[in-house]
Amino acid sequence: MSLLSFYARNSQEVLGLVGQHLYLVAISTGTAIVIGVPLGVLLTRWPAWRGPVLGVANVFQTVPSLALFGFLIPLPFIGGIGATTAIVALVLYALLPIIRNTYEGVAGVDPAVREAARGMGMTDRQLLAQVELPLGFGVILAGVRVATVVSVGTATIAAAIGAGGLGVYIFRGVAVVDDTLILAGALPAALMALGADALLGVAERRFAWRAR
Amino acid sequence: MIPALDVRGLGYRLPGKGSETGNGRFLVRDVSFTVGVGETLVLLGRSGSGKTTTLKLINRLLEPTSGEVQVAGERAADLPVTRLRRRIGYVIQEVGLFPHFTVERNVGLVPRLDGWPPARIDARVRELLTLVGLDPDTFARRHPHELSGGQRQRVGVARALAADPPLLLLDEPFGALDPITRVELQREFAALEGRLGKAMVFVTHDVREGLLLGTRIGLMLEGRLAFLGTQDEFRRSEHPEVRKFMEAA
Repeated sequence: MSLLSFYARNSQEVLGLVGQHLYLVAISTGTAIVIGVPLGVLLTRWPAWRGPVLGVANVFQTVPSLALFGFLIPLPFIGGIGATTAIVALVLYALLPIIRNTYEGVAGVDPAVREAARGMGMTDRQLLAQVELPLGFGVILAGVRVATVVSVGTATIAAAIGAGGLGVYIFRGVAVVDDTLILAGALPAALMALGADALLGVAERRFAWRAR
Repeated sequence: MIPALDVRGLGYRLPGKGSETGNGRFLVRDVSFTVGVGETLVLLGRSGSGKTTTLKLINRLLEPTSGEVQVAGERAADLPVTRLRRRIGYVIQEVGLFPHFTVERNVGLVPRLDGWPPARIDARVRELLTLVGLDPDTFARRHPHELSGGQRQRVGVARALAADPPLLLLDEPFGALDPITRVELQREFAALEGRLGKAMVFVTHDVREGLLLGTRIGLMLEGRLAFLGTQDEFRRSEHPEVRKFMEAA
């Protein structure tokens, strides 16, 4: 009950923080898609780069998020206090699942289909646009889904470097030992993650072309 | 008369230096033959004898390391690879239909790549589906997963014929089918061959299929063309590998 009355009293602030949170997730995931999908496709063309690129993306994943935010603050241009730094960190986190799934989605296309496509005279670009990306779309979307859900959670920590979002309530709640305040941030974040997961899950099934 | 396909001294050597069995090994060595219009050359041989590699050297899915291929008098190596391939129909055992395309779009693929007007593609697709024994009204809008293995390969053959290529390469097209469907398709294909008037190279390890479909038979052994001749010459040949195949039939 006290949570509901908290929301009632602070509705403006809550909506603002939800908006900031969505903004952080949308911009960072969007950027990660723009970087990660082409990179994943490149890896299918130059397999020698696969180890190094996935390795680097993997390293970003292993750095604890709070530490990554901390490391970025002193950097020029992308660092500092605020949303930009948070977005950079969130992009770095989102890259691995997107690159990896793009690679696997494209590389996982039935070799016979690829051979037939090339044998009939498709250019590499046609093969990619008409065959590999459509067939790999479900797998790529699964990577985007993972990246989005992780971003929603990680973005709560962005409040620690002044980027706003629902983490503001969580950190405030932890500082003053107020469960209601923690819940006020955590609950909408959890719902947001569940919502994104469900929505992208539906899209993913819609585009699964695994049937032979 | 320029042959539809002229293969001279064709060779493919794996990259790298090494022994006769590892890297640097020849998968195909010094293979020469011609195929005329309306003729089907069957390339017979055991697994690993270089039959499939030879086909892939013709449409440049593999680049020859020696020798030369000419298609209708033009050097294959001089043509842009996509243009070369659009003039050569290609049918493989696994069929390789695009699972996200309807039968119609699968068959019309090469004409669409070549920029035919939609009405002409549509008419051509219907004509070809009828030719391979599939009713266009029933099958045109289906997806590959809604077809049986035999129906899929019929679509595969129709797709290869779509842009009316002068040359057709077939790599064990009926190899993955159940025996009854296989015999059915072999018979229909034998009847179709004469009507199509194409030059064909048909790879198989099945002597009976080879004798049913081939105007001439080439026997591959360890990357070389060990025997090349007509059906009668093949049956009478004393070549030990030919004898082994005839005994297995």
